[in-house]
Amino acid sequence: MSELLQQAVFKNGLLVGFAVVGGVIWLSYFLSDRVTHGRLHGSAIAVFGGLLLAYVGGVVSGGKNGIADLPAFAGVGLMGGAMLRDFSIVATAYGASFDDLKKSGLPVIIALFLGVAVSFVCGAGVALAFGYRDAVSLTTIGAGAVTYIVGPVTGAALGASSEVMALSIAAGLVKAILVMIATPLVAKSISLDNPHTAMVYGGMLGTNSGVSAGLAATDPKLVPYGVMAATFYTGLGCLLAPSVLYLAMRMIFPQ
Amino acid sequence: MVIYGVALLAVCSLLGLLVGEALGAVLGVKANVGGVGFAMLLLLTITDWLAKRGRFKPVSASGVTFWSLMYIPIVVAMAAQQNVVGAIKGGPLAILAGTLGVVVSFALVPMIARIGRRAPGAAVATSPGRSDKKEAP
Repeated sequence: MSELLQQAVFKNGLLVGFAVVGGVIWLSYFLSDRVTHGRLHGSAIAVFGGLLLAYVGGVVSGGKNGIADLPAFAGVGLMGGAMLRDFSIVATAYGASFDDLKKSGLPVIIALFLGVAVSFVCGAGVALAFGYRDAVSLTTIGAGAVTYIVGPVTGAALGASSEVMALSIAAGLVKAILVMIATPLVAKSISLDNPHTAMVYGGMLGTNSGVSAGLAATDPKLVPYGVMAATFYTGLGCLLAPSVLYLAMRMIFPQ
Repeated sequence: MVIYGVALLAVCSLLGLLVGEALGAVLGVKANVGGVGFAMLLLLTITDWLAKRGRFKPVSASGVTFWSLMYIPIVVAMAAQQNVVGAIKGGPLAILAGTLGVVVSFALVPMIARIGRRAPGAAVATSPGRSDKKEAP
């Protein structure tokens, strides 16, 4: 009987991955709703849950690929692998429109570029302070401070170590969670009470789950404006971090 | 048909990644340079162009939106296979790196928003629909 179950699990790894991740997300949204009363967005808890699984997998297997190193959960590795990851990230661009960005004007474009640059420099600066000196690691951690999607995309493109990738995702996760919690608290002091400021805010902070949850907790009417600007942030980060920003880092820290 | 959206997404992704690989080769960087970003720009441009001509039916679009809705689960799956054990040694780094950027970004929001206001009412004047909503609450 257990052999049959084992066969079914091993042969249908991707389906196991869908089921496991579905369970993690259900539990995360349940916790988000019941325990944090929506203050912490379900998706942020889910990503944290993923990192928790990776920790358990790493401890149990002693490997570097988290839960995917356990044979029964190898399908999670396929689901979260490079191919489907890039595929779904590209899909998130759908729905954003050039016209809407143009309408929102110059300040949002400035906010987008400045937001990516500021987070990148802060992240890379902290990594530098912690002793990292190679351009790939500095860029990947800086990119992680942009968003937890830009980080691993950049790290994968540059061939960063898995440890640096995990740090980079963790930095992005810290950012997303902090934006969710802090936005309603600082909204008044940054005059976040109108669509214009909401778009600038979306462009500056950019982390999708952070911005959507942060604005929802502040004023649900502002969500589409902030998210519209934020939609471009991760794309811009994915465009700039492994290219211009990496080249700049390589000039400062030649191998 | 739903496969049209999925296929368009696949073609854009492949082309974008190809451009990224080519750019990486041209720049002498052993990396895919901005491939995902190019793929996004391509998808945006093509869907925008198709939608304006009424050629991108909702069923086709659902092939794209399905995968965009799958991105959080996929990011969760990706997180679940990272080397967290290795990263935990550098815990304060991740917390500081994430926090510092957020603090500085928040501080800059009012300044950037003011740049927009200096051009008198530019943001409001070009979009009357938006200013209506603004006054509603």
